[in-house]
Amino acid sequence: MKLTRLLTSVAVATGLFAGSASAEDMRIALVAKALGIGFFEAAAKGAEEAASELGDVEIIYTGPTDTTAEGQIEVINSLIAQNVDAIAVSANDTDALVPTLKKAMQRGITVISWDSGVAEEGRQMHLNPSSNPLIGNMIIKLAADHLPDGGEVAVLSATTTSTNQNIWIEEMNKAMENYPGIEVVATVYGDDLADKSYREATGLMQSYPDLDAIIAPTSVGIVAAAQAVVDAGKVGEVNVTGLGLPSEMAGAIESGASQSFAIWNPIDLGYSATMIAYHLAKGDATAEPGASIPMGRMGEVTLDDTTSGAMADPFVYDAANIADFKDIF
Amino acid sequence: MSLLKSREAILVAAILLLLAGVASRFPGFITPRNLVAVFTDTAPLVILALGQMVVILTRSIDLSVAANLALTGMVCALINVSFPGVPVAVLIALALGLGALMGAINGFFVWKLSIPPIVVTLGTMTIFRGVIFLLTNGSWVNSHQMSMAFKSFPREAILGLPVLGWVAVIVTLGLGLVMSRTTLGRAFFAVGGNPHASVYTGINVGRTQFLAFVISGMLAGLTGYLWVARYAVAYVDIAGGFELDVVAACVIGGVSIAGGVATVAGAVLGALFLGIIKNALPVIDVSPFWQLAISGAAIIIAVTFNSRAGRSKGRVILKSAEHAQ
Repeated sequence: MKLTRLLTSVAVATGLFAGSASAEDMRIALVAKALGIGFFEAAAKGAEEAASELGDVEIIYTGPTDTTAEGQIEVINSLIAQNVDAIAVSANDTDALVPTLKKAMQRGITVISWDSGVAEEGRQMHLNPSSNPLIGNMIIKLAADHLPDGGEVAVLSATTTSTNQNIWIEEMNKAMENYPGIEVVATVYGDDLADKSYREATGLMQSYPDLDAIIAPTSVGIVAAAQAVVDAGKVGEVNVTGLGLPSEMAGAIESGASQSFAIWNPIDLGYSATMIAYHLAKGDATAEPGASIPMGRMGEVTLDDTTSGAMADPFVYDAANIADFKDIF
Repeated sequence: MSLLKSREAILVAAILLLLAGVASRFPGFITPRNLVAVFTDTAPLVILALGQMVVILTRSIDLSVAANLALTGMVCALINVSFPGVPVAVLIALALGLGALMGAINGFFVWKLSIPPIVVTLGTMTIFRGVIFLLTNGSWVNSHQMSMAFKSFPREAILGLPVLGWVAVIVTLGLGLVMSRTTLGRAFFAVGGNPHASVYTGINVGRTQFLAFVISGMLAGLTGYLWVARYAVAYVDIAGGFELDVVAACVIGGVSIAGGVATVAGAVLGALFLGIIKNALPVIDVSPFWQLAISGAAIIIAVTFNSRAGRSKGRVILKSAEHAQ
């Protein structure tokens, strides 16, 4: 209890200092699923870019040290104590953050979610990097494009509770009718750990000797699966694809374990989330169904009935363009 | 001795039963090639469990092994990126040294400041992970940045077994010698069995615990390089939560959490048991929702067996001490 009180007072004190240091600036907090993940680090870069474009914005990039909802709740509580102007969060859990974020909104803080969403009552709007149906279709298309005669594919996901991974897999299953001859034989979970993902990928290749592709819609999983394919000597037989970052996947493209993969640009995503949070907090845009909110150089996002909107289409990376992007993010 | 034998015999039987069970669902699992793969996959767990065994034996616990592994692995990866010419042998020496240093930090606090080991290592666990953040700002080291020699060392096969597996074999044999043939090995048993009595026999309890932490840290550091090279990626969270697997392997292997009772063979078998479960679950098509529950149940069942076998542990220590002489 004492510790909590101490932490709260430290947080408040930090808030006061930060407030007095730059009273004019609007403070927007970008909350990652966890610190230390390349994707979110890149998003933070985009947020800084937006901040320097806007001029009067200070970015607080933060997040828990592991991907738990509890960790994010602590972080958000401390942001509320610091009285920031806006919170843009990529959630570890759809529902768990809602009570805390409601409290934030009651204090007049603008709350949006991006990348991985929060339930409707816990945020003003949600920015999807792309539309979920589009991503679901893309991940199966990436596999199907290299299997003209059809074949067996398996999915290696993150944890069983990852909001966005589950939605993408659901959307992928809906799109299956467009890809006759492609059969999804299994869905396994690597928990976003390299060693478990590696073992699961190895297990897939053993259980399904005719496996043609592993689809991993998660960055730790796709890298581990590619390594497992190389170690099993199945380069050319099993194609690893899904969603990953160019810097992390460059080796897999080089080795041939992966023909292609897709991702939206996380820099653009952090940039857009910041722009949206800025306009909502400023009051020159409102988050309601049908509304359009400007996102600077990324154009405008149009909100649907659930007040969520899509930023752009996912982008495909392969041997032809990987070199241009691997040093960026 | 017969009691010790039976404890390991139970584990061997459990492992064979497990393999038979898996093979009935998926025959390919017990082909020699796959068993080699499973052993190689379990090698890091074996190495770390052996280090942890020494620490637990002296009535301590080292929760910082996975964080030590992650930090050492990251440092090795960063050196490889900046200076690709540094030979692997030098990196391994460095990993051993850095790991030992982190173990020594743990050991120092336990020895000189008498802070409970669980508190010290809980703290250093977080500090070590934090240092990785400081070193990298959270960014990854990816496979295309690592040199070929760096990545290929653990997977180079000698007589059909990858180097990673051989390292586990060598560590097992080496530690087996230390525990059974040296005064230090005997001191570990004595300190854990009865610290007060061992003081009167001229053993420095704190120093012995310190050395246990150094051994554990050194092995964690070694595993750090091997881990990063094998999975060809280094990031803050590698081996997250792995320290619990390591402790579980020890407990399954009959290492008494109260100290004083442990065997090298037990720790190795405990790690293998856990490793086989981890490798088998993905291939026998068990729902991921059940996997955690099954792993946990296996641990509890194994521990139940062990606690029944370990009733008269006082006599066991004396006997093993006699044999060490």
